[in-house]
Amino acid sequence: MTRSVRRMTGWIVMTAVGLPFGPLILWSFSERWFFPGLWPQAWGLRAWTYIASTAGMQVMAAIGHSVVVAAVTAAIAVAIGLPAGRALGLYTFKGKDLVSVILTLPIIVPPLCVAMGLHLWFIRLGLAETYAGVIGVHLTFCLPYAIFVLWGVFSNYNPEFEAQARSLGASRLAVITRVMLPMILPGLSVAALFAFLLSWSQYLSTLIIGGGRVTTLPVLLFALMGSGDRPVAAAVSLVFVAPAFVALLFSARYVGTRSLTGVH
Amino acid sequence: MDSPSRPDGDARTRRGPDAGGLVLLLLPALAVVWVLFGGGLALGLVQALGYLPVAGLGELSWGHFARVLTDPDFIRSLLLTFYIAGTSTSIAAGISILTALLLASLVERSRVIHFMFQVPLTVPHLVIAVAAVFMLAPAGLFSRAAVALGWIQTSADFPLLINDTWGVGIILTYVWKEVPFITMMILAVLRQSGNALLDVGRTLKASPWQRFRYITLPTIFPAVGAASLIVFAYTFGAFEVPFLLGRTYPMTLPVWAYKNYSDIDLLARPEGIATGIVIALVVMLAVVLAQMLTKAARKRGVIL
Repeated sequence: MTRSVRRMTGWIVMTAVGLPFGPLILWSFSERWFFPGLWPQAWGLRAWTYIASTAGMQVMAAIGHSVVVAAVTAAIAVAIGLPAGRALGLYTFKGKDLVSVILTLPIIVPPLCVAMGLHLWFIRLGLAETYAGVIGVHLTFCLPYAIFVLWGVFSNYNPEFEAQARSLGASRLAVITRVMLPMILPGLSVAALFAFLLSWSQYLSTLIIGGGRVTTLPVLLFALMGSGDRPVAAAVSLVFVAPAFVALLFSARYVGTRSLTGVH
Repeated sequence: MDSPSRPDGDARTRRGPDAGGLVLLLLPALAVVWVLFGGGLALGLVQALGYLPVAGLGELSWGHFARVLTDPDFIRSLLLTFYIAGTSTSIAAGISILTALLLASLVERSRVIHFMFQVPLTVPHLVIAVAAVFMLAPAGLFSRAAVALGWIQTSADFPLLINDTWGVGIILTYVWKEVPFITMMILAVLRQSGNALLDVGRTLKASPWQRFRYITLPTIFPAVGAASLIVFAYTFGAFEVPFLLGRTYPMTLPVWAYKNYSDIDLLARPEGIATGIVIALVVMLAVVLAQMLTKAARKRGVIL
């Protein structure tokens, strides 16, 4: 393979990956952009100021809904997933394959199926159209995902350090907070970030369980696409995509080049 | 969407906690998954079998499934969904093989390229679908560029790529999302298999094509197959992209399921859920096939 071919492929990859973001950025800063102009006829910050203004309260509210749902979902997923990830990463035991299958299915089966089934039950329990209900349905796939990340974290973890700390007189709590948590912190953060991201990106299950009352960012974005205000839709899209880049930069910084395949 | 491939490969068999301790560690997580995911599917199945909350538990029957499976609209949706998932997966697999071979060394060395490859994996589908509208619609950027280049006069001359018969916009969006995933899986295999076999091929005077056809391709085939099946499963059950970029008729299966589910006619609801269960079954089948492929490859000694 010659160097120039390789370099060209590199540029093609960069262009292909960057391509969709171009129109989003252009539209979000355009004031007037009629067909067939290749470039906006007038630039401006209308879309961005709209988002921050009171007229655009719904946008800020949607960001708030999304942050609360995703943050709580990620926190619960990591809290419950941590012990499970530890058990799976450190020990071999009977039935481990079965546990693995049980945890793989919710990641693969579309949340559509689960949400439709849960809906009726959640109405009975008073969980429909509430944060708790939406978080519940998001947990069905965020929790298994967090467990898989933590499983990987703990299979590279050496528990001998805990034994040492204990032999030096550390209490059980101190072993957890002073030894285990600091050691797994980067991996733990990645698990939390990507659980957050999975929940953040979720549209249909939120719509079914939230019933239009929990208007997260994707729910609003669909409404905006219907209304035809392209600059605002573009700006909201860019806000919607921001956490993905934060997560990527973070994991590139702290996990090095370990691949993140599996996030969708 | 997939299980990161078996991180426990070298889980040292150490004196762990007793069975009770393990159960304590695993139970909360498994309970939540069992109750919410298993419960959700089970409740869906019961409703699809005809349990109506207002009427109480009546006769359970396969009636809704039978009505769904014999509905001509269902068949059309099923075919469209297979077409979209199959086409986008095949195109993505082809591009991925090419990219993986061309970029194998570059991805290792260049952090920027590596980073760029991760971008499509994390970006939500919906954002790319929105960008696809901005680019591919009749008044989108590509159409404007065609006018600027003098290829077409008005937006009406631009081919329909959104809400179109062939789902071009949907397929392009999925290809963009899927290529990095499949490429990453291929690169992982290439990294582990090394160059020894290729060197043997070279000493035996195999041409570049022969080396690709008889050494590289058999090595990466299981990875391509498994990754493609997972990606197929995902696209088969995904909702946002066809909902935004698809036509109103025929719809893909997930869109059709949701349309029935949210119908004002409450009788359509169990049929929507039944469709959802059919989707879940197809998806699970694809994943089981992917696992079998991986297992068979491992037996043959191909590292995956």
